[in-house]
Amino acid sequence: MSTASPVQAAAELDSVSRVYPMGGTDVRALDDFTFSFGQGEFWAIMGSSGSGKSTLLNILGCIDRVTSGTFSLAGEDVSLLDDNALSDLRSRKLGFIFQSYNLIPQLNVLENILVPLFYQDNPPEDGEQRARALAERVGLSDRLDHRPQELSGGQQQRVAIARSLVNDPTLILADEATGNLDSSTAAEILDLFDELHAEGKSILLVTHEPEIGARAERVLRLKDGRIDEVYGNQRGAF
Amino acid sequence: MQSTLLRTVRLGVQSLLLHKLRSSLTTLGVLFGVSSVIAMLAIGEGASIEAQNQIRQLGSQNVILRAVKPPEQGVSNQRQRVLAYGLLDDDLARIEETFPGIERVVPLREISEDVRFGSRSMRPRIISTLPAYIEATGRVVDRGRFLDEFDEASHANVCVLGYEVARFLFPLSSPLGERIKLGADYFICVGTLLPRVLLQSDRPAPGKDITGEVFIPLNTGAKWFGKMQVKMRAGSMDMEAVELHEIIVAVKEAENVPLVASACREMLAREHSQRDYEVVVPLELLLRAEETKRIFNIVLGSIAGISLLVGGIGIMNVMLATVTERTREIGIRRALGAKQSHIITQFLVETVVLSAGGGVLGVALGIAIPSAVERFADMRTVVTPGAPLLAFGISAGIGVIFGLYPAWRAATMDPVEALRHE
Ligand SMILES: Nc1ncnc2c1ncn2[C@@H]1O[C@H](COP(=O)(O)OP(=O)(O)O)[C@@H](O)[C@H]1O
Ligand SMILES: [Mg+2]
Repeated sequence: MSTASPVQAAAELDSVSRVYPMGGTDVRALDDFTFSFGQGEFWAIMGSSGSGKSTLLNILGCIDRVTSGTFSLAGEDVSLLDDNALSDLRSRKLGFIFQSYNLIPQLNVLENILVPLFYQDNPPEDGEQRARALAERVGLSDRLDHRPQELSGGQQQRVAIARSLVNDPTLILADEATGNLDSSTAAEILDLFDELHAEGKSILLVTHEPEIGARAERVLRLKDGRIDEVYGNQRGAF
Repeated sequence: MQSTLLRTVRLGVQSLLLHKLRSSLTTLGVLFGVSSVIAMLAIGEGASIEAQNQIRQLGSQNVILRAVKPPEQGVSNQRQRVLAYGLLDDDLARIEETFPGIERVVPLREISEDVRFGSRSMRPRIISTLPAYIEATGRVVDRGRFLDEFDEASHANVCVLGYEVARFLFPLSSPLGERIKLGADYFICVGTLLPRVLLQSDRPAPGKDITGEVFIPLNTGAKWFGKMQVKMRAGSMDMEAVELHEIIVAVKEAENVPLVASACREMLAREHSQRDYEVVVPLELLLRAEETKRIFNIVLGSIAGISLLVGGIGIMNVMLATVTERTREIGIRRALGAKQSHIITQFLVETVVLSAGGGVLGVALGIAIPSAVERFADMRTVVTPGAPLLAFGISAGIGVIFGLYPAWRAATMDPVEALRHE
């Protein structure tokens, strides 16, 4: 059933486990997990609550460490990197989108979009232009100096998407990105994901809602930290 | 693009402005710490300079003997109309003849008479003394000259005016060569002196007459006003009789000052039946002033240290609360690529902005307090340029020291945990 992809892997996991020692028993949030996400693919990661979706995303996002196993991003083995190198990797190659937007309250829209560049060792010269262009793209160019609190949920999530794109990431990681939004706003956000996918971005979208999973190109279903099911969606089936 | 540090500082200020009240209250701790350091240093410095001036004026190689009215013993004998006390010509002779290692001995006798020129009249200290007075005290001639040996030998009716007297009697013209009336007699003015270094204790209380001095030769004083100064005591028939009011003993070598001082004390204790004198040793005063300053500096240092410590703990407390409160922000920043060093810098900058802000305001207040003290408490203060710098440096240092732990706490948070934080 798995779609063997001929393209280079955006992320590749090899027998990755993430174990939380809880009292006497170990919780295996990811259990001997081996998988490869291809470049330019749009994946929905599904599964019931507690199945390990967020854990997988956090490990791919280099903010959580594997207990055992190795994984690589765009061909680079990252399981042995130190904290500094991982931070650097995040600022250059990854785009995060969270369920609760997670904008920084004391910064305005433009500044929020610029945060990932702020932490790069050699930020691009045209960072601010890029941020403005992204704000325009997500339809917020007239809100650049607004604070997050002054925006609606959908607008905040657009800012977060612009922010996740500002460093031109190889991989976009979205955890329940539409979980806090009403269905029409969620649909708009999903349209944005479609566009990004069409541009060739690699996207991993965690969701537990089947209709959102159906918007993705492919679906990876987890169960108890293991792969339950992998399948492709027919384009336009939704 | 702005430099990273500048952006970090701006970010820190923005975050602090998010909690204006909390930030300003935190700043207060440092503000008061810094301003109290500066103010205390200024007051201590002022007191020390004042003491040094006073001592320098007395002459650090001098031993000064002064007549002091002895305490009255109960109801005084009705028949005893004259209270005789003070230093004697015999004391002077004994010192001159028997004490070794002495440069010069200068007696002073004070005469109570009015001083008049034209329609102007005042009652300064009239001092009859020897020419050596000016060397012994280091006073400086302004115009003309001081008394000389010829004046002394010839019992000349000449006088030298102190600065204040000259100013008062001759506001517009020169007093040189003018005839000035002391009591019933006329004296030719031959010179004037520069003012002494003005001491706080010299400042006339508002409304009171300015004090001042007029100098005449010792012999001339004896000739016209007698060897014994007899003064009617206000509101009674009693009189006071004093032979010499002061003897300045100038010692050749500074190291012999304590020796001469104790010899003087011994001699006076032996010869005087009552304690009608005092011995002032400027060198001892200087040592005592230095000791006082040392103790003052220790006390000051402790108080300043404690107040800055309290300020620093206040900052640390607030920063720990801030870090906890902003756990989620820290998680976001880490997820978006912030290194631990970025987070440390961010929170350190905030504490340093807080403490340096308090430092700047504290320096301003610390400079304002001494001038207020000077005006209202009539104390001398000196703000040395080093004091604000030191205080400001300490406050910034406090920011770094007390900011390190909260910043480290923030930087070492687990990003996943931090992101999950509500
Ligand atoms: N910090 C943690 N400590 C202990 N157990 C955890 C921790 N984080 C996640 N888990 C456990 O790991 C499993 C997977 O969690 P998670 O990846 O968040 O699931 P999902 O996102 O699919 O709901 C769950 O059983 C959860 O209880
Ligand atoms: Mg989850």
